[in-house]
Amino acid sequence: MAMLEVKDLEVNYGVIKAIKGVSFEVNEGEVISLIGANGAGKTTILHAVSGLLNKTAGTVMFEGKDITKIPAHKIVYMGMSHVPEGRRVFAQLTVLENLKLGAYSRKDKNELNETLEKVYKSFPRLEERKNQLAGTLSGGEQLMLAMGRALMSHPKLILMDEPSMGLSPIFVEEIFNIIKEISASGTTVLLVEQNAKKALSIADRAYVLETGNITLSGDAKTLMNDESVKKAYLGE
Amino acid sequence: MSFLNYLINGISLGSVYAIIALGYTMVYGIAKMLNFAHGDVIMVGGFVVFTMSTRMGLSPVLSVLVSIVICTLLGMTIERIAYKPLRNATSLAVLITAIGVSYFLQNLALIIFGSDIKLFTSVVKVKPLVIADGQITITGETIVTILACMIIMTVLTLFIKKTKAGQAMLAVSEDKGAAELMGVNVNATISLTFAIGSGLAAIAGVLLCSAYPSLNPYTGSMPGIKAFVAAVFGGIGSIPGALIGGILLGVIESLSKSYISSQMADAIVFSVLIIVLLVKPTGLLGKKISEKV
Repeated sequence: MAMLEVKDLEVNYGVIKAIKGVSFEVNEGEVISLIGANGAGKTTILHAVSGLLNKTAGTVMFEGKDITKIPAHKIVYMGMSHVPEGRRVFAQLTVLENLKLGAYSRKDKNELNETLEKVYKSFPRLEERKNQLAGTLSGGEQLMLAMGRALMSHPKLILMDEPSMGLSPIFVEEIFNIIKEISASGTTVLLVEQNAKKALSIADRAYVLETGNITLSGDAKTLMNDESVKKAYLGE
Repeated sequence: MSFLNYLINGISLGSVYAIIALGYTMVYGIAKMLNFAHGDVIMVGGFVVFTMSTRMGLSPVLSVLVSIVICTLLGMTIERIAYKPLRNATSLAVLITAIGVSYFLQNLALIIFGSDIKLFTSVVKVKPLVIADGQITITGETIVTILACMIIMTVLTLFIKKTKAGQAMLAVSEDKGAAELMGVNVNATISLTFAIGSGLAAIAGVLLCSAYPSLNPYTGSMPGIKAFVAAVFGGIGSIPGALIGGILLGVIESLSKSYISSQMADAIVFSVLIIVLLVKPTGLLGKKISEKV
């Protein structure tokens, strides 16, 4: 049984059909990439999975439970965390307050400090700036904060929406290394990226999305050598 | 010495404005709406205490507690019935609904209690403080009002800074979607905000009616509007802003009544608001963080 199973998902914005029946699955321990151009519907899919958007049709199963109609704030408690597009850190709160909000769904107080230590270990810069307002961080630091905040809830599955967007190449490298680390520590990753080359290089499997439909899927290595993918997404 | 008397009266009046302004500012910060029915919750609070203590002879403390509970429930009910269905509607629709709720409460009170002015017996039993050889008299109501305001501000600030629910409120006020992704129940948080604001309105109602002991169905509307001005003055959405805006407004009003003209006092208050907004459109403490992208 797959950890996350999306079946025939459809999402409409008013009369516009953004997602037209998409199915995919994520198995435990995998890194899965959804790649596609701007406006293909990648972000919409993530929002529908994490409960931020209502689905028009289709089902979403997480660890065998039907979460199609469960609101976002309850899905977090089930072990899914979402790093949204554009980071969306709480700008007027400090770094530490942001991280604590990430652990909102956790009850144990002792655990909080342990998790905090772990996150600081992955992102030392966050510890240096823990009392600084999140709005004053640089874009890259805000991304670290958004990722750290998502990890605070001990997710089994983490959804990441365009983590590389707007970052310098050196930073992109660093972020992808961290995603690899997150995966190695046992968290399953569903990654949405425009940077297809990078995304495919760390993914186990990938799906290619085009205007609301999945047009191609398979092993990341195979896709990387696929002529149409090379032409459309890898710029070769 | 009379200046000190006027000043103290102003601070006391301003404390009431500040307590009411908190309700406006918190609801605006979190639900991004102007709850124009807020002033009428004050009136309901006043009538509950009037009924409990003056009519039924309950002890003042008990009457105030009952009033807080009823107003808290009233605030949550208003939010649930009138505002929640409009969560994704235009802000104009919400604003008009709020004005409708305001008229509804006023007319309901009109049906139940009639339009005649009720004499409200002060629930404050603290003795007045006479200092400087009798030149300055501070009434018990003034002492209790200022103390209540200070306590409410301190408790509320600690609540927001130190508790999980308070942090959730800040998160919702910044980004509802991101707050939801943290596991925060946004609807419950908005409901809690209305509960706190309305409970505070009950306290403000009691203090107001104790200091100015007349009560009718429109008692809440003018202080409500002034408190709204105070909230905007201090920077809407900001809790310390509500305090500063409220106190300043009370002092300006009291001093203009005493030294310039009691008819002109309101005009002066609103002129000051206009000037402040011209110079600083976000209000005194309103902040505008420029986000890095």
